[in-house]
Amino acid sequence: MARRITLGLYLLFLALPLYWLINMSFKTNEEITGALTLWPRNPTTANFVRIFTDPSWYMGYVNSLEYVVLNTVISISLALPAAYAFSRYRFLGDKHLFFWLLSNRMAPPAVFALPFFNLYSAVGLFDTPWAVALAHCLFNVPLAVWILEGFMSGVPREIDETAQLDGYSFPRFFFRIFLPLIGNGVGVAAFFCFMFSWVELLLARTLTTVDAKPIAAIMTRTVSAAGMDWGLLAAAGVLTLIPGALVIWFVRNQIAKGFALGRV
Amino acid sequence: MNDRPFDNRAWLLVLPVLAIVLFSALLPLMTVVNYSVQDSFGNNQFFWNGIGWYRELLDPSTDLGSRFFGALWRSLLFSAIILAIEVPLGIAVALCMPRDGWRLAATLVLMALPLLVPWNVVGTIWQVFARGDIGLFGHVVNALGIDYNYTAGILSAWFTIVIMDVWHWTSLVALLCYAGLRAIPDAFYQAARIDGASRLAVFRWIELPKLRRVLVIAVLLRFMDSFMIYTEPFVVTGGGPGNATTMLSIDLVKLALGQFDLGKAAAMSIVFNLIILAVCWVFYTVMTALDAEKQAEGPAKGAE
Repeated sequence: MARRITLGLYLLFLALPLYWLINMSFKTNEEITGALTLWPRNPTTANFVRIFTDPSWYMGYVNSLEYVVLNTVISISLALPAAYAFSRYRFLGDKHLFFWLLSNRMAPPAVFALPFFNLYSAVGLFDTPWAVALAHCLFNVPLAVWILEGFMSGVPREIDETAQLDGYSFPRFFFRIFLPLIGNGVGVAAFFCFMFSWVELLLARTLTTVDAKPIAAIMTRTVSAAGMDWGLLAAAGVLTLIPGALVIWFVRNQIAKGFALGRV
Repeated sequence: MNDRPFDNRAWLLVLPVLAIVLFSALLPLMTVVNYSVQDSFGNNQFFWNGIGWYRELLDPSTDLGSRFFGALWRSLLFSAIILAIEVPLGIAVALCMPRDGWRLAATLVLMALPLLVPWNVVGTIWQVFARGDIGLFGHVVNALGIDYNYTAGILSAWFTIVIMDVWHWTSLVALLCYAGLRAIPDAFYQAARIDGASRLAVFRWIELPKLRRVLVIAVLLRFMDSFMIYTEPFVVTGGGPGNATTMLSIDLVKLALGQFDLGKAAAMSIVFNLIILAVCWVFYTVMTALDAEKQAEGPAKGAE
């Protein structure tokens, strides 16, 4: 019983701020700044309509999703062979390399904001989704290698050897036999790449100005001379919750195992 | 692990990752090193300054030094508070989670939700939620007669960013611990029941040792991410009031992108990075030691 109450209180604590945001997104600004109401008295969808009819708003979501998907694809496809190498072979400097990769996952984005700005301006990628997608590789590629290595190490090496004896070439073995075996791991790694690329703002904001600006940066526009447009801000915030919620729904059964990065 | 064959051709498989990390981590870092030993007076003219910036940065009696150490202590204090709250709370929540059924699915989904909220939206949610005039939380706290205003009071500001981070990240610790708990075979609990072990003894001697590995991951991730936190406090307090909540990253971005003080910002970046690297190395050593231990005890698993 005490367990249920503790858990219930914790979940309530998680849900309340989210509820408040959703609540606000259906209110008019007059109602928000007026007396405090626990639910919208005159529910309105005007805030959402404004976002969906104004390209400078909804393109923000398209831009964000574009670099997030790009980043996830790049990170996973580069990390797969590397993770295989780390889980199956020893080679010169493997431990140092693995540590160095991992340390990049921990590198503070604030350190990289300025040099990235210079770098991507110099190679002409500034203000494109590619700039953000590549920049996010800084922390997502090491993370993907780490997760995939954990899952791959769980697959017995006898399988590799048997496939070799059966005359499978390496690429054919890798894609036809090995990849399906670590399907869950690939899903988990993709989930984390998506997550960290989707929630990051500092680099995404620094590397874009107009064309590729992510929704999270566009949201700051709601401050204007006439004061804060709270309803619009809340509606934009609610819409940023949706991709995350969808992704969670798809991986809900793997989620607990996934958060342990294949290392339980 | 040690029976892996030695083959240097494995480097070929690692090459793509190496290439992208060289491009997106080492190359920019070298630019930073380059800036950190030079001074600029605008017009893209640079002058050699040697270790001048570093000397100033690490000397608390200078402006730059006091600013750096102020931000460093604030960041460390923040990380310490965060770990002290989130780790025990996360373990407690994990112990309370249902074992299966729709309740488990619902709990998991709700718990994972804050983790996938963009960081500045996390800031926005709490900025709104904690405001005295339009936010439920601020309103209730004020109605209780407590003077709470995160834009004016230092204590309120700290309280807000701490509770925001607890809201945002405790679920990560809880989910990790939950996965660790699920990996404990039922036989362990049955043995404990036969021995008449108390709830506390079960936790201390069965659950906690099994959680050690995931807890190292949890503490590592939580320490690193809270130590370099930027977006959330920036949105809520902007580093204020004054600079009471100016963390290391916030200060660094102010210095680099706000004032364009390249030399100072670069020196600060390098020192910041070295601190992270050192902590990362400690955790990595602990983690590989635990891995090796697990390998060693592998065959004798039942004997524990």
